[in-house]
Amino acid sequence: MNHEASFAAVAIFTAFVLGVLGLSFWLGRRGQSAAAYYAAHGQIHWFVNGIAFAGDYLSAASFLGICGMIAFSGYDGFLYAIGFLAGWIVALFVIAEPIKALGTYTLADALASRFGSRGITLAVAISTLVVSIFYLIPQMVGAGALVTPLLGLPHAAGVVLVGVAVTLIVVTAGMVSTTWVQFIKGSLLVLFCGLLVALILGRGLSVNTGDLTPQVRTVTPDGRVLVDGRPQSRDHDLRPVGTLSALPARYAGRTTTGPLGPLEYFSVLEDSTIVTWKSTRTADEHGVHVTYEPVTRSGADLLQPGGSFKGLRSGRLADRLDFASLMLALFCGTASLPHILIRYYTVKDAAAARKSTVTGIAAIGVFYVMTLYLGLGAMTSGALDPTDSNMAAPLLAKSFSTTLFALVSAIAFTTVLGTVSGLIMAGSGAVAHDLVSRVCGVPLTDHEKVRCGRIAAVCLGVVAMGLGILFKNFNVGFLVGWAFNIAASANLPALVMLLFWKRTTAAGIIAAVTVGMVASLGWILLSADTFEKVYGLSRDLAPVPFSQPGLVTIPLGFVVLIVVSLLTPPRPAR
Amino acid sequence: MTKPTAERDGSPAATVRASRTGLALFWIYVLLYGGFMGLVLVRPDLLALRPFGGVNLAILAGLGLIVAAFGLALVSMLGRDTR
Repeated sequence: MNHEASFAAVAIFTAFVLGVLGLSFWLGRRGQSAAAYYAAHGQIHWFVNGIAFAGDYLSAASFLGICGMIAFSGYDGFLYAIGFLAGWIVALFVIAEPIKALGTYTLADALASRFGSRGITLAVAISTLVVSIFYLIPQMVGAGALVTPLLGLPHAAGVVLVGVAVTLIVVTAGMVSTTWVQFIKGSLLVLFCGLLVALILGRGLSVNTGDLTPQVRTVTPDGRVLVDGRPQSRDHDLRPVGTLSALPARYAGRTTTGPLGPLEYFSVLEDSTIVTWKSTRTADEHGVHVTYEPVTRSGADLLQPGGSFKGLRSGRLADRLDFASLMLALFCGTASLPHILIRYYTVKDAAAARKSTVTGIAAIGVFYVMTLYLGLGAMTSGALDPTDSNMAAPLLAKSFSTTLFALVSAIAFTTVLGTVSGLIMAGSGAVAHDLVSRVCGVPLTDHEKVRCGRIAAVCLGVVAMGLGILFKNFNVGFLVGWAFNIAASANLPALVMLLFWKRTTAAGIIAAVTVGMVASLGWILLSADTFEKVYGLSRDLAPVPFSQPGLVTIPLGFVVLIVVSLLTPPRPAR
Repeated sequence: MTKPTAERDGSPAATVRASRTGLALFWIYVLLYGGFMGLVLVRPDLLALRPFGGVNLAILAGLGLIVAAFGLALVSMLGRDTR
């Protein structure tokens, strides 16, 4: 769909972004040492750090991806929310305090701490870069998706805008500004989503069948876009979708429920009838056609697992394993994400690390509960763009008012800024602190270490922009699942075994990180999802039985670590 | 694999205590999470039941898992602070 920019939207958005950048430049004058750049001197208050955890973690995948998935497919998007939050239990109870005690600036610091091994540092730095880049893709895709309707700019412009803004944030003040940007973003995201949920419950549910004629979008071989056979324009475009066609019998004769309570909202929706839209893609000599057709479904059906994860209802073992694999990766992945783990270095001690994790869990938990209302509210708002699930939450806000749309979009954009800055921080630390200083042994002064980190941040920003443009048409929630799989497969076995198995050796850690990373990455590249959505090939050609690798590659990491450790002589710990 | 190596290596005592209590709470949550995912995979029909407020078990269990995560985190923190 084409989206029209409004002056209010542009003004609010610009004020937000300039405010964040101004804060970043101001903070950047306060500290230029490596300790300030990479770990904010370890002096961030635990509450600020906890909300910054939420700001770091609640990425475009959480806000745009989950809401979009719920709006388009129903309950299954909420399974992502459950998995994402569950991962924090691993972080809190298993990883938080030891990682704080073991490391200085990066994940490699912690994993190499017992052995002082350059091999471990190299393997973990590479894994940090791979995970960060995979996590960066959905954030940049989300940025492009946001800017299109907000500013009327093309997707690529949004990606470049985020890339430039976030690179400036990281380059100016490193972890100090990154922390405060994430704190502001985390606070605003939870507060404004709370406001949206209150508006959703206040509005209740209304019958609005709308125009249910199928719609066809065609991209011709010469690149023109047609809607129902005529050129797409401001006056002739795809219609917004997502409506409710019947309320429960107890509302007979009424077209609206009026305000609903939090649980009542679900129960009324379950007894309602909802119109969702399915898309079918075909191609011929006239171009590629995507047909959007209405599908009338019961609320009870949409609020059951299986709307998006088709395998849950197909009965195929491979499909069920695919789902189990994703849920395992989400559970294990959070505590293995380098950009989350480095936040433990910004507080002063283990107690502060623990308290900030609990604060983060509270903020993130509240947010994920709200995603269910946001997604279902969008599903029945009549404002969905059938071509783009990532826009469900902002368009839901637009169904209330343009100003709210501008605010929510600006917050979502800040969401992307917060997460991307954390990822680029993790990546720049891996390059400057781990690879250049530790692995290559280049003697760097404090000032040079910061400068090297800044150069790495700029390079990562450019890579992120390229990938964000390349992966434009992916659901950001789906993409982030890949990052969790790789992080969990590469890092978690080494982290857990280093803490809990005395026989762990440096060679075991190197082997586990390398095999976990290569195996999960290889599996993803050979999966049916990648064959279909990246290579444009048939799913049947994929050699691996299901798309999510975690179920195989996480245990593989543990097995490799145990076997290699047993085969190599233990070295005395430092 | 019952005690963290940090304990045997003489790392800070706080880390040791955190690991002991934390691991117990961790396993409780693993059971809750695993049980829910097991239901989704094996008996999804049970998730259609509406045990409370006209809301199905899928939603109630999902919300319950989120609340449980916070509850266990709070137990862990308060337990440490009163020790």
